[in-house]
Amino acid sequence: MNNRIFKRILRNKASLAGFILVSFFALVALFAPLLAPAHHEHNPYQLPQSSYEVTPQPPSPQHIFGTTEQQYDLYYGVVWGTRLAFKIGITVTFFAFIIGLFLGSAAAYFGGLVDEVIMRFTDVVFAVPSLVLAMVIAAMLGPDIKNMMIALTAVAWPSYARLVRGDVLSVKNRDFVVASRALGARGPRLLLKHILPNSIYPSVVVASLDIGYIVLTAASLSFLGLGAQPGTADWGQLIAMARNWVLGSGADTWAYWHTVIIPGGAIFLFVLGWNLLGDGFRDILDPRQG
Amino acid sequence: MWRYILRRLLLLPLVALGVTFLLFLLTQRLSPEMRASLYIKDPRQMGALEEVIQKYGLRDNVFKQYGRWLSSALQGDLGYSHSANMPVARAIKEYLPATVQLAVATILLVVFFGVWFGAVSAVKKDKWQDVCARLLSVGGFSLPIFVLGLLLLMFFYGKLGWFPPGGYSVATDAVIHSPSFHTYTGFLLIDSLLNGNMRVFGDVLRHLVLPAVTLCIGSFALMVRVMRSSMLEELGKDYVRTARAKGLPERTVVYRHAGKNAVIPVITLAGIQFIRLLGGTVIVETIFDYPGIGRFGVTAAQQLDIAGIMGFSLMVAVLFVLGNLFSDILYTAVDPRIKLNE
Repeated sequence: MNNRIFKRILRNKASLAGFILVSFFALVALFAPLLAPAHHEHNPYQLPQSSYEVTPQPPSPQHIFGTTEQQYDLYYGVVWGTRLAFKIGITVTFFAFIIGLFLGSAAAYFGGLVDEVIMRFTDVVFAVPSLVLAMVIAAMLGPDIKNMMIALTAVAWPSYARLVRGDVLSVKNRDFVVASRALGARGPRLLLKHILPNSIYPSVVVASLDIGYIVLTAASLSFLGLGAQPGTADWGQLIAMARNWVLGSGADTWAYWHTVIIPGGAIFLFVLGWNLLGDGFRDILDPRQG
Repeated sequence: MWRYILRRLLLLPLVALGVTFLLFLLTQRLSPEMRASLYIKDPRQMGALEEVIQKYGLRDNVFKQYGRWLSSALQGDLGYSHSANMPVARAIKEYLPATVQLAVATILLVVFFGVWFGAVSAVKKDKWQDVCARLLSVGGFSLPIFVLGLLLLMFFYGKLGWFPPGGYSVATDAVIHSPSFHTYTGFLLIDSLLNGNMRVFGDVLRHLVLPAVTLCIGSFALMVRVMRSSMLEELGKDYVRTARAKGLPERTVVYRHAGKNAVIPVITLAGIQFIRLLGGTVIVETIFDYPGIGRFGVTAAQQLDIAGIMGFSLMVAVLFVLGNLFSDILYTAVDPRIKLNE
């Protein structure tokens, strides 16, 4: 990342706000063990449960964000949920990009039949809305976090394959590639040493900014009960637990507001941060837009 | 143009086969016993697992099993969905109209508000209206649809009691299933009008409001952005300067000249978004317990109803391809300068 781009990000108010939000969440994720000491040594993502009482409790000195149904602590859930969000977002984006990089560059470099087969395969995956496809795959694999990440990776890679393919095609016949080919560079060496380093950085940035979107989809899956299971410090899962309480109790319709607002606010700010940052980057990378 | 349409239509069987076959491969991860147990309704019959496996050939190789599924699917038999308690084909027929109704209502809202906010945002560039519209659009883009849905449900149903969840009320359910109510199209809004029953119409509309508004807020952000940048581009063009120089009133210049051209990309986007809404309906229908195809798909996925999942994915894939093709054709109809070929 060069300094000039970074300075422009900081100059734009919206992307600065995005940068601050994302950094804040990154710090929370990093220091989660200090902010909320793990209750279950072997699995810190397991929420602590103070009793089996069904009704959610409002914020109190013991539970500063209150509790969900079954008395899971919301503060703990939000803090470790942040860490889990980064874990899911980074892992899925990384693997999806690697797959996309591999298939996209193969398609562009070899062309012909290889290109046709790979691109038709991406068409098939593209032909179903990603949330729907991820939902179906996660259901078939069995709902847990690992399978949810596999499902998300399976639906995320085609867009990177297309991006990378475009990148490689755009430089494939440039003079410097032709020159190194004339000097005897062939196959993987040409692709890895000459073509990719000169073409994929914009795609890498675009992909890494998708973390917000990936986390949003992951939260949706958990909300539908096809991702993280009850008792996990996962934002979508926390909101799923709020579903039964949205109508409040009796006349007091807002009695359980915290069960929706607190984890919902966390997802909103997280995704907002990435989107604001992403807007800034896209403006900078695309010189046509002023 | 015809070649392009033909080429895209040829993609349709490929996509339908590809999607269903890949999912079918996934089902093979489950043991034959597990898949056989899906056919059994009464736990006392669990002893008959082996018979079921034999009867449906669940140990055969994947291609053979897929071939069987495919040949019965081609005959219109998609199997029995145990989560919906009816054949998959019937479930799709029953639930799809409600979803289409929801998607149409949503896209109308999206286009209306998207064009309005986007145009105002462009005309008042960098004024407070622009800042508000942009904040609203980036906010709507980042707000998870399930959080928004729950908040709206809390307020408009819990607090005010205006818009209940579900597809229609119990009273309406009795009316539409009575012999005197004729089903013409399956779309309740249209059928109720054809039957002259305004009460049913009102009731269905009332149940449609919250899901439609939720979906709209979740997807109109993109529309605002596209309309804004398209309008800004048009406003900077020479013909707008000419129109202004002629002394035309600003309103006419903005809405009659620039607006008309700025709306072109919006129309294509509307086509694409209409299709994308299918993804969103999955969540919205679950939150509002709206009896559409999305809720059917989620229930099938949650209960590992394989026949239901396969039928649902097949239908979504086909709709998606056709919808994308339709929006491409619409594009050329709106803007004759565009030629469809790759």
